[in-house]
Amino acid sequence: MTAGKDGVMASAEAVPLRRWLPRVPDRFAALGAVLLVLVVLSAILAPWLAPYPMGELRPLEQLRPPSGAHWFGTDQVGRDVFSQILYGGRTSLFIAVAVLGVSAVVGVTLGVVAGYAGGWLRDVIMRVTDVFLAFPALLLSLAMAVVLQPSVNTVVLAIAVTWWPWYTRLAASMAASIATRSYVDAARCLGVPAPLIILRHVLPNSLTPVLVQLSLDAGGVILTSAALSYLGLGAQEPTAEWGLMVQQGQTLFTTNWWVVTFPGLAILVTAFAFNVLGEGLRNALDPRSGTARVVK
Amino acid sequence: MLRYLARRLGQALLVVAGVVVLTFAVMRLVPGDPAVAFAGPKATPEQLAEVRRRFGLDDSLPVQLLNHVRDLISGDWGISLHTRQPVRDDLYQAFPASLELVGAALLIAVVVGIPVGVLAARHQRRLPDLGVRFGSMLAVSVPVFWLALVLQLVFASRLGWFPIAGEYDSSLDTTSPLTLWTNITIVDALITGNWPIFTSTLQHLVLPALVVAAYPTGVIAQMTRAALIEESGQDHTKLERALGFGETSILTKFALRPALNPVLSLIALVFAYSIVNGFLVEAVFNWPGLGRYAADSIRSLDTPAIAGVTLLVALVYVLANLVVDIVQAFVDPRTRAR
Amino acid sequence: MIEVRDLRVRYGGRLVADVPELDVGAGECVAIVGESGSGKSTTLLSLLGLTPDAEISGQVRVCGVEVLTASPRRLREIRGARVALVMQSPQAALSPATRLGVLMRRALKLHGVGNGSAKGSAEIMAEAVAAVMLDPEILTRYPHEVSGGQAQRFALALAIALGAEVILADEPTSALDVTVQAEVVGVLRRLRAERGLALLLVSHDLALVSTIADRVLVMKDGAVVESGPAARVLAEPRHPYTRELLEAVLSVPGASL
Repeated sequence: MTAGKDGVMASAEAVPLRRWLPRVPDRFAALGAVLLVLVVLSAILAPWLAPYPMGELRPLEQLRPPSGAHWFGTDQVGRDVFSQILYGGRTSLFIAVAVLGVSAVVGVTLGVVAGYAGGWLRDVIMRVTDVFLAFPALLLSLAMAVVLQPSVNTVVLAIAVTWWPWYTRLAASMAASIATRSYVDAARCLGVPAPLIILRHVLPNSLTPVLVQLSLDAGGVILTSAALSYLGLGAQEPTAEWGLMVQQGQTLFTTNWWVVTFPGLAILVTAFAFNVLGEGLRNALDPRSGTARVVK
Repeated sequence: MLRYLARRLGQALLVVAGVVVLTFAVMRLVPGDPAVAFAGPKATPEQLAEVRRRFGLDDSLPVQLLNHVRDLISGDWGISLHTRQPVRDDLYQAFPASLELVGAALLIAVVVGIPVGVLAARHQRRLPDLGVRFGSMLAVSVPVFWLALVLQLVFASRLGWFPIAGEYDSSLDTTSPLTLWTNITIVDALITGNWPIFTSTLQHLVLPALVVAAYPTGVIAQMTRAALIEESGQDHTKLERALGFGETSILTKFALRPALNPVLSLIALVFAYSIVNGFLVEAVFNWPGLGRYAADSIRSLDTPAIAGVTLLVALVYVLANLVVDIVQAFVDPRTRAR
Repeated sequence: MIEVRDLRVRYGGRLVADVPELDVGAGECVAIVGESGSGKSTTLLSLLGLTPDAEISGQVRVCGVEVLTASPRRLREIRGARVALVMQSPQAALSPATRLGVLMRRALKLHGVGNGSAKGSAEIMAEAVAAVMLDPEILTRYPHEVSGGQAQRFALALAIALGAEVILADEPTSALDVTVQAEVVGVLRRLRAERGLALLLVSHDLALVSTIADRVLVMKDGAVVESGPAARVLAEPRHPYTRELLEAVLSVPGASL
């Protein structure tokens, strides 16, 4: 009897029954990485890759279906949809990087302080965090975006406001567990000042889970920002943005399928790439935690 | 057990208080004068003063906050700027429709997501598992407003299988008017035996519910799979195997119950999330729920209405979490003992 | 009941158990002793085909079934119904959300014991629980509501209810208090005497082994270094490793054979 190298739940007997289901190598994370590289490259290289300049209006070429000249067709004012999507990637990736950068810096700082310091400071920070987490992220972002002037920066601010608490919670639990390790105790006994301990021991050790979380979250940020722009609360003309493209195309959708289909696919592919990569990273770094990504 | 409940309840109240303060703060960020927003740009100074007096906008912020809390508790959620009706009444009208949509979506998500998660766990790292992981990842990555537009175009406009928009055929209001009990159309139609409206609502519900269900189905499938794999690595499955149980019955009879605990709390999280996600879908399918109300409010920068929607959804969210924690405490024999 | 010839178990090419010969007849008790990692638990689990990821060669016949070549279906039929497994950590071996009675009823139904009738199986369950001197009320409890000794006796009750002829016990007492150990050993001994069950015991507890085993296999690093009648092996050990094991026990104050 030669059992396959099954996972935890396999038993020797399972093999013959499952011959018809060949084992598949886990190339999920690789798929995500490849997709993401493509998305990032096409955004960075947009000015060179795009067949037409950003926002170039061609009044004589309105609503042309996909063709050799316009791969993804043209929109209601004659812009090349393919070029607009390439430029739109810059907007989406900028928002994702900005939101996650702000959230991670604010969240991790507060979390590390809370987790390391403990006591009343921890309680205050964590209760405030709880309140923010009591909102579905999109809702608070919506409310924020409504009261501010719609723009890309508003989107960044509105999403970051709802996103930092996740990092606070994550970093706090990491910091709390690291703060009790013996080498940190030793450092404290030697009189090393707290900020130095945090910088040297607590922060570096909190980084891995934060990185995993960042890549898992990027997909959510992309979706949220696209939704805000779709509602008219985010990027405005003439910025190229995928959610905005869907919104502008939706009334023409029944007769011109390409104006909505391609921008939406761009959002889907980008969010998918981040999600798959994030899951793959998490599995690689922490195979035991198989939990699905947390709803934001 | 009682102490646990009391602590959990206290926690929830604290969060609600924070939520109230936060919505108040967000609404006060509004650039410009709320009085002008209400009275309109052509209002005379006397009218503005009157509006200010009426809404207590002359008081200091803490006093305004206290008044705000007092109003909320007494049921005064403000006047909507665009419907000119009490926000509470508007919400009372719109919320049941949202509940109907999200309820149907979660039903789909549970009915599809859990079995699919079991299937993936059963054939871990084989083709069905790969398919489920791929599909669930797509489901959580798809922009809902886009999926709504695409399904609407394909299945309603082109194929004509489902109605394009609305909650039910409005001509039925005259031929077979609906008696309201719960305000949730499909439930009311069912309990009053109003079959024309029931079938019409069901037909109208399919597409938007499928769209809203995409995300919860994906996360529930992923979570079920992960929790089952985790659970089937536990020691007890060794005994069950040694007793002669097959892999499938170990998963469904012994591992699923404990594995469903995290899935249950996930459903609470995803419930409130889906209400907000539903906003985008409601706009596309013209569903008369909170989302359409919110969209209209956004368009007219109607801050009291938006604050009301925000507060309501946050309350629902807190409540859903509370209910799940309590149910879980009762269901799980380990916490019940405490 | 158990006949093993030239059993070799490998994990990823590494030999973890090499047992040239192991026989256990009805009413007999054989013990495998050795320190942790010596391959004794692996040997035990391989008798039920419960070593996933392992490459196994040799001949293993349990209750007349060639385990290494049997179909999965045939294996599942003897598991539980004819060969029972008793595990080391009693509560962890029981599904946390399943009442003990539910587990037992499902197992009975699975193997068609009690003709599937509710009354028949209820009687069998009551008898089995009484045979291990447990209160029938135990069947309504969850695993976390019973003590380690109760859980272990329940595992034996499962064996009785299903009519097992062979019991494979993996360190059945090492997680228990001394007084509770005595209860479990008492039940094991009675099962053997009254029902003629074959007992294969894996243990590092030489005191337990000396009171119950007829024959002993000593394993070290996957290999059997010594085997023979329990009285002889424990009284006049031939292999230095066996002597080492014995000395280790004797040097513990209060421990005795």
